[in-house]
Amino acid sequence: MTGMTTRSTPRVLGVALATAVIVALLSIKLNAFRDYQIAEIAIEVTAVAGLTVLTGLSGQISLGNGAFMAVGAYTTALLMLHLNWPFVLVLVLAAVITAVAGAVVGVAAARLHGPYLAGATLLLGVALPSVAYAYQGAFGGDQGLDVNFTTPSFLGVNFPLTRWEAWVCSAAALITLVLLANLGRSRVGRSWRAVRDDEVAAALAGVNVAATRILAFVVSAACAGLAGALLAIVTGLVAPGAFTITLSIALLTAAVIGGLGTLPGAVWGSLVIVLVPTYATDVATSHGLSSSVASNIPVAAYGAVLILVMLIFPQGIQGAVRWLLGLFGISSARTRQRADVPDALSPADDTPTVKQRRSASPEGSSSGNQ
Amino acid sequence: MVEFLQFTLSGLSFGMIYAAIALSLVLIWRGTRLLNFAQGGMAMFTTYIALEVIRQTGSYWAGFVVALAAGVVLGAAAELAVIRPALGKPELNAVIITIGLLILLEGLAGIFYGGQYRSFPAAFSIIGLRAGSTPLGVSRFDVFVALAVLVATLLLAAGFRYTSAGLRMRAAAFNATVARLSGIRVARVITVGWALAGLLGALAGVLVTPSTFLYPNSMDSIFVFGFTAAVIGGLDSPLGAVVGGLLLGVALSYAGGYLGSQGSDLTALVALGILVVVLMLRPDGIFSGARVRRV
Repeated sequence: MTGMTTRSTPRVLGVALATAVIVALLSIKLNAFRDYQIAEIAIEVTAVAGLTVLTGLSGQISLGNGAFMAVGAYTTALLMLHLNWPFVLVLVLAAVITAVAGAVVGVAAARLHGPYLAGATLLLGVALPSVAYAYQGAFGGDQGLDVNFTTPSFLGVNFPLTRWEAWVCSAAALITLVLLANLGRSRVGRSWRAVRDDEVAAALAGVNVAATRILAFVVSAACAGLAGALLAIVTGLVAPGAFTITLSIALLTAAVIGGLGTLPGAVWGSLVIVLVPTYATDVATSHGLSSSVASNIPVAAYGAVLILVMLIFPQGIQGAVRWLLGLFGISSARTRQRADVPDALSPADDTPTVKQRRSASPEGSSSGNQ
Repeated sequence: MVEFLQFTLSGLSFGMIYAAIALSLVLIWRGTRLLNFAQGGMAMFTTYIALEVIRQTGSYWAGFVVALAAGVVLGAAAELAVIRPALGKPELNAVIITIGLLILLEGLAGIFYGGQYRSFPAAFSIIGLRAGSTPLGVSRFDVFVALAVLVATLLLAAGFRYTSAGLRMRAAAFNATVARLSGIRVARVITVGWALAGLLGALAGVLVTPSTFLYPNSMDSIFVFGFTAAVIGGLDSPLGAVVGGLLLGVALSYAGGYLGSQGSDLTALVALGILVVVLMLRPDGIFSGARVRRV
């Protein structure tokens, strides 16, 4: 949450630019597979950042953001297939159309809380991709739709496509992060936190609770739609098999283990869920295990990592990073002060004192209404 | 008319399985205020154990009993090992831990048993029953499925109502602090709740797998629909779980039956439609009590 509450716009822009330069240099240095991974991580970051705003700031859980990614991806595929527009325009349109879908879902979700919202969004994540099976004519059924994406001519013919994809995805992710960081610090962000911490108090203070909650869904869906659009151009194929419930659950998982409600946390979480399985696969195959064992060790290891991170770092990786910085005295005074009151964040306890402390602390964090 | 009867009966039989999963989720929700995403994964794992026992001993019933026992052990062990340490931390942490547990169990199943689809035996004949010459759309095994879940549900309900252990569980779910002050060991009660939920999940796994095959993800969609059933019924209501399961089972059976192949592709969408309609009218499920939101 530091990223959203304390950093000024110049500082956010500075960090974003520095990251852009580092990513660009890395993408030139690394091979095509690593470039593909950079793109993958950037896509994940885009989607997870949107979800961490929805769940962490506005307090609404979603297990269906994978469905929004599907909307963005299919929009991209259909636009690229039927109209020959520049891809940047297509990406923006995909985000806008998904945002509209998010508004529809947000209206339906505005009255729901905790597990009921989780159930409804989970089912949305399962149901929406199945439409692609039912209407094969438009969506290509099981096979999906092909997406044709090439490097622009000004980069020359020898410029690797994966590097270009890494650049496009990273740029989109960074722009998303900057916009979200600004939004989180704005009046909108404050309304989200107010509604998350106490709906009644927020309403009494003049916040339009329903509109605020719906707007969070719109923003979150736009991010997921953009991520889906990027996924479409990077994988070159949009098929329903890519948008399973596993995807939606992975997004929430990344947001929480990274540190819910924090944008740096969205980055840490995305790194974990993209890199841990790949790394574990490398280790397993290099030890010459049989294929069924080698392919499943990463799955088991990933599950174990999720459990351990949650038990050891209740505030996610970003919480651990803050604690480490505090240990070396690098952090600001407020970070240290916050590290002292982790128990105030427990939403299990709803006594007024805890609540006051919770809303007094800018950290707030966590699941709000869950 | 005959078709309608067939779809209804087979829907009820499948609905009982959703009901079992829903009931197990409700048991855990009432004790821990937590959605257990590993419920389906635990059921998948105990079904693998059952298959192993059946192969070793040649007896279906040995496998059946071992699966239920394994469900009890797995449920209690999960609560003690990974859920209890997470209580008091941000609420979503425990949810992510159950997701981690699900992924861990699916990975372990893949390591031990491989990813291929295995068939799982049914306790009774799966040939459709007939009334005179009209096929009823259900088999002897389907009847067993419905009866088994019904018996388990009734036993559970009776246990809650008429035994002192049941009274303690109800008290702990109603108000943990007061229950603790009255000398109830709430932590132990919660562990028992997880064990019972594990048992119900294991039952659902053994009952559903003959019609779905067994593989590490085999319980995923069953879990989603069981969860949906619990949400439709209201997560605080065991009765709601059963009604929600049956409602969903029958509705999905009609959708698959009457809408043809497109209908079976769209079952999840139909379920979503039902869920949205129910939650529009009752945001906390059909059997939710009067709505109390602490201010």
